Amino acid sequence: MQQLSWLPTHADLSGAIGQAKRIEDPLQRLHEAAKLAAHQRDFTLTARLDKLATAGIEQNATAARLTPLRVALLSSHTVDHLLPAIRVAGLQRRLALSLHVAPYGMYRQALLADDPALNAFAPQLVVLALDAHDAPLQLPLQAGQAEVDAAVAERVEELRLLWRRARERYAAQVVQQTLVPVVPPLFGSYEALVPASPRAVIERLNAAIRAAAREDGVLLLDLAWHAAAYGDGLGEPVRWHQAKQLVSPALAPLYGEQLARIAAATAGLSRKCLVLDLDNTLWGGVIGDDGIDGIQLGQGSPSGEAFLAFQHYAAQLARRGVILTVCSKNDLHIAEAAFAHPEMALKRSDIAAFVANWEDKAGNLRRIAGMLDIGLDSLVFVDDNPAERDIVRRELPEVAVPELPADVADYPARIAAAGYFEAVSFTSDDAERGRSYALNVERKAALNQATDMEGYLRGLQMVLRVSCIGAAELARATQLINKTNQFNLTTRRYTEAEVERMASDPQTIALALRLEDKFGDNGLISVVLARPDTAIEADELLIDSWLMSCRVLGREVEMAVLEVLADAAAAAGWGALVGEYRPTERNGMVAEHYPRLGFEQCPAPANAIADASFWRYELASRAPINHHIQVQA
Amino acid sequence: MNEKEILQALTQVFQDVFDDDDIVLTSETTADDIDGWDSQTHVLLIVAAEQRFGIKFRTAELESLKNVGHFAQLIQTKLGGR
Repeated sequence: MQQLSWLPTHADLSGAIGQAKRIEDPLQRLHEAAKLAAHQRDFTLTARLDKLATAGIEQNATAARLTPLRVALLSSHTVDHLLPAIRVAGLQRRLALSLHVAPYGMYRQALLADDPALNAFAPQLVVLALDAHDAPLQLPLQAGQAEVDAAVAERVEELRLLWRRARERYAAQVVQQTLVPVVPPLFGSYEALVPASPRAVIERLNAAIRAAAREDGVLLLDLAWHAAAYGDGLGEPVRWHQAKQLVSPALAPLYGEQLARIAAATAGLSRKCLVLDLDNTLWGGVIGDDGIDGIQLGQGSPSGEAFLAFQHYAAQLARRGVILTVCSKNDLHIAEAAFAHPEMALKRSDIAAFVANWEDKAGNLRRIAGMLDIGLDSLVFVDDNPAERDIVRRELPEVAVPELPADVADYPARIAAAGYFEAVSFTSDDAERGRSYALNVERKAALNQATDMEGYLRGLQMVLRVSCIGAAELARATQLINKTNQFNLTTRRYTEAEVERMASDPQTIALALRLEDKFGDNGLISVVLARPDTAIEADELLIDSWLMSCRVLGREVEMAVLEVLADAAAAAGWGALVGEYRPTERNGMVAEHYPRLGFEQCPAPANAIADASFWRYELASRAPINHHIQVQA
Repeated sequence: MNEKEILQALTQVFQDVFDDDDIVLTSETTADDIDGWDSQTHVLLIVAAEQRFGIKFRTAELESLKNVGHFAQLIQTKLGGR
């Protein structure tokens, strides 16, 4: 099986890397490295790209619009040969990864004893990269299931202690690697019927690790699954005997991908939207020529079933929160009418934005991003036509464009392998997301028809539901904190553990806000974290984070939120709110947020970062705030 | 492939792994002659050579690969007449 199969090939990547080495300016070199990294590459080319990028990556991360992230790898096998591939895969996902590797085999000591090197590094992500050679459960082959389960439970408890340490000490998100079964079976297919057989024990252990991870908010690097997909596993016995490598250097690019996509997901950098071509992508044939009765779709022909299977996969992605859109060269009414085909698995209502015309696809992709208020870097463009893919890659490098196999039967596996939509949580809001975006496009249409803004807002019958962040809101609130880039005043990112810690502090006001309107529930759309800070006055409350989903932009939600926050702060005895704005490449839309809400600029406190501005809102003298939203606590 | 062609191809492998186009190999070159040729990069060299020549080194052969001459010889044997 080919690794990185979704990336296009470069005619001469080695030569291009050689050329790029001569670029003097480190920022330009970094850009070039990121561009080249988006191609198929073996482990030596990947390591060369890493060298090309890493010189100067820390100084240039902000200028290159990369998110810095510190990742500690605590492992029971050698991982040094995997580091370049992890960094390059991170770069391709807009991360500037700093990696810290604890001495080989010392993962327990690193967390249980006070490891000064790890303390100094202050990891945001702790990866426990363990393997089946490490601490094997000492069980006689004839041991019964109860004995196996007891030993498994004990081992998992030990892991949970390590997870807790990582969270308590560093407020880090923990990623646990599952155990690759490295020994061949003793019994053949009978193996699983012997409770203490090596494979059965590893399976049991992995199942217990997964269950505990789900309970403890730990993420999985499910290497056991990836190894199964690679037949012989990810490594070779000779590499283990020679260098204690669990993963062969040859598969470093694949490992790097798997880890970097989880890291990117924790930083809110996963993609959000699948943009689908129609003719020969969702069905066989050309709807404009062949007509609704002539296209291949559905039961009866192998080809029709393959297109149907791909539609089913897309529909399933929508159920888990991926937004589906269409971008097709077609007449709109003909393209839309095709969705009346009786075998169609995707319904017109599954498509949040439907763009069919004869204009170029790059422009149409921009339009789709605009209609949904999401960035181009949230889009994945799926088109069977290599020429269209090529043009979009060139015109819009931010858009992910997977190379597709010749056969549509292999499309679902290819999209899955590319890992564009890696998740760090799954909430009921995710399941509703596609519909919510579709409703938003309708709302926008309603706004275009409404003659006055006030009438439009009143007509929406909006209700803002306010709650303090608790167990029920924690996952979605953390998700929003980490993926909101535009309406985000400070772009501070927090792990679930950190949010939980803040929310449970009685001095802190941690609000989660949901918005409903006559079209439906928008879900949890805004988060505010306000806390005291030693750098400001004792009666002032610092608005540490204020962010909102762009889905509810322009609807006076921020005014209603200020009212809620001000009332809560006043009731708790605070004298004033202090708002902070930290400009980034993405959050220009909230540069005037505080002055618009009536805050007055005040001097920056001593510990402020360079570009930040600060704004004060006196609570005692505040005026009533006008908006069209009914607030429910 | 003859000895010269193998040495040439092996030089390319070394240049890629060390990301250094100035590396020149002779059959006498050893780990002491090349900066950064340690036990870690040794594994990378072996795997890169396996990929380049489409061969596999046996565990027992790994010890003998510390000098380029042996490396090339072993590759030639494995390639047979190819």
